[in-house]
Amino acid sequence: MTKIILKDIPDFDKIEVYEDNGGYTALRKALLEMTPDEVTEEVKRSNLRGRGGACFPTGLKWTFMPKGKDKPKYLCCNGDESEPGSFKDREIFEKNPHQFIEGVLLANYAMGIKTAYVYIRGEYYKWINILEEKLQEAYKKGYIGNNILGTGFSTDIYIHRGAGAYICGEESALMNSIEGKRGYPRVKPPFPAQNGLWGNPTTINNIETLANIPEIINNGGEWFSKIGEPKHPGTLLFGVSGHVNKPGVYELETGTPLIKIINEYCGGVTGGKDIKMVIPGGSSMPPLTKEEVMSVKMDNESLKAIGSSIGTAGVIVMNEDTDLVKILIKIAHFYYHESCGQCTPCREGTGWLLRMLKRIDEGKGRIEDLDLLINVSENIEGNTVCALGDAAAWPVKWTIRKFRSEFEKKIPASPVTPEVKNKVHSLRHSEEPVKN
Amino acid sequence: MFNQEELKEIENLKSRYETSQSALLPVLWMVQEKEGWISNDSIAKVAKVLDISYEHILGVVTFYTMFNKKKTGKIHLQICTNVSCTLRGGYELFKYISEKLGINNKETTEDGMFTIEEVECLGSCATAPMLQVNNKDYYENMSIEKADELIEHFKNHINEHLKQ
Ligand SMILES: Cc1cc2nc3c(=O)[nH]c(=O)nc-3n(C[C@H](O)[C@H](O)[C@H](O)COP(=O)(O)O)c2cc1C
Ligand code: SF4
Ligand code: FES
Repeated sequence: MTKIILKDIPDFDKIEVYEDNGGYTALRKALLEMTPDEVTEEVKRSNLRGRGGACFPTGLKWTFMPKGKDKPKYLCCNGDESEPGSFKDREIFEKNPHQFIEGVLLANYAMGIKTAYVYIRGEYYKWINILEEKLQEAYKKGYIGNNILGTGFSTDIYIHRGAGAYICGEESALMNSIEGKRGYPRVKPPFPAQNGLWGNPTTINNIETLANIPEIINNGGEWFSKIGEPKHPGTLLFGVSGHVNKPGVYELETGTPLIKIINEYCGGVTGGKDIKMVIPGGSSMPPLTKEEVMSVKMDNESLKAIGSSIGTAGVIVMNEDTDLVKILIKIAHFYYHESCGQCTPCREGTGWLLRMLKRIDEGKGRIEDLDLLINVSENIEGNTVCALGDAAAWPVKWTIRKFRSEFEKKIPASPVTPEVKNKVHSLRHSEEPVKN
Repeated sequence: MFNQEELKEIENLKSRYETSQSALLPVLWMVQEKEGWISNDSIAKVAKVLDISYEHILGVVTFYTMFNKKKTGKIHLQICTNVSCTLRGGYELFKYISEKLGINNKETTEDGMFTIEEVECLGSCATAPMLQVNNKDYYENMSIEKADELIEHFKNHINEHLKQ
């Protein structure tokens, strides 16, 4: 198995060890032998896709940035990492921070950026301090700052500590947060590459995305493009949690079968139980049934083919004893709590989803609530400023669609109020929501 | 008001951004680290030093959950009850601590020692259940026994803990 980020080298987080193992050679190579456009070309050739959830091709994103120096340009490194089930970026800060820093420097060189901000969730106090220390080391060695390696290229990197708001992981909310405002997502277009931080061209990349760049420059984009699945190449840092014997972060090639991750790498389901449901990429991604888990490969194309998505590769495993209604309440509560409140469908809809689910859990649900839940989800989906609306809608819609009987079990057969009786009867057997 | 050293630090923070307003989050963190919470007086103080309106800062402080709008206990136990933690006993952990200390979510013990809070995922799902103390330290792979030990530890070593 190829490892690009979490290499098995002791003390790799120390700058000397990193240097002894080829660290900062990509920076040297790029600054001395390559033009900025050649760096971007190499990233394009690698077919690297963003690791922050949307899988957008990184090289292509970089080409959206205007050339020239008439306006300052910025890079925001997204380490907000607040999607439940995601905990991979903190592993990079801890195990291989310099490779991430080198990736930032390469990105800044490629796009002509003079300032990068690393946005890290406020709770990651320990990892913020770790990264701060690593940045200072790199400054001292002359890798960051003025006239880097004597080439005349200068760039700065600063950490910006968040303060407990999941929505600030959304790229435009993140920029507002850096600007000292509430973390409200912005309406797009204009896109950040035209109008980002303080109105200037800005690129936002995930921490893991950037940590891949040095090895792409060292070994070439073509080398990278051949690792794992061709359409979504490279490795992913899978964060596996829930009912497995060895939860943790595993760096594996894209396309690794999910069941292999669960059984071989994570030592199987705890207590030798059966799987009931698995969330493949952080809590907002449509969940998978046991049958789907048995056959799916972990890359974005394969997951898309069965109606889900790789997200942040945060895998949450649930065994046969799991109460899915209670789990879905936790998920719905999260999005209700984190909605920024700008758009009515998201602000109000997340509350309705939560209240209805709670009602079902309390045994006071009505059978038509299930279709109503799906209906509310579908009215949130696609009707909001940012993708948090979708993130709230998908788990509800797909958990009910795929595990309907789990919900029906909690709904009493009686009493049913007379005026809804017919409706109950007609909806009871419908798999799909009734469309108006 | 801020002392000389703090003012210097604020200038340094401001120099990192295009606008002085952008230094707001780091300055609020400075205040909270020192005072434990963000009072209306502090907001007024920050408004002056960054030359932005009181109302704007109030809006920001109320948006971000980690900024304390009220004084908390000396030890703020933030227990994750999101999905991965719940699957591994996070909710039981919360309930246990709540009953042990005799307080509900977001309440503080009478002696002002402990505040407990149910929080969303802290990005530590593989080492669930877990909790965070005072917005800073993670305690991972928790159990009821470890919770007992931790609470005893805080009771006996509160001053040492607060000093670091
Ligand atoms: C509600 C919401 C939360 C998000 N949280 C994160 C996050 O914590 N980290 C992250 O890298 N991307 C997050 N994203 C995605 C970012 O908006 C953006 O697509 C990503 O940072 C781009 O980086 P990439 O192209 O390298 O993946 C979030 C998106 C939404 C809609
Ligand atoms: S979808 Fe939700 S989180 Fe996103 S902008 Fe609208 S209200 Fe805010
Ligand atoms: S669910 Fe508790 S840390 Fe992620």
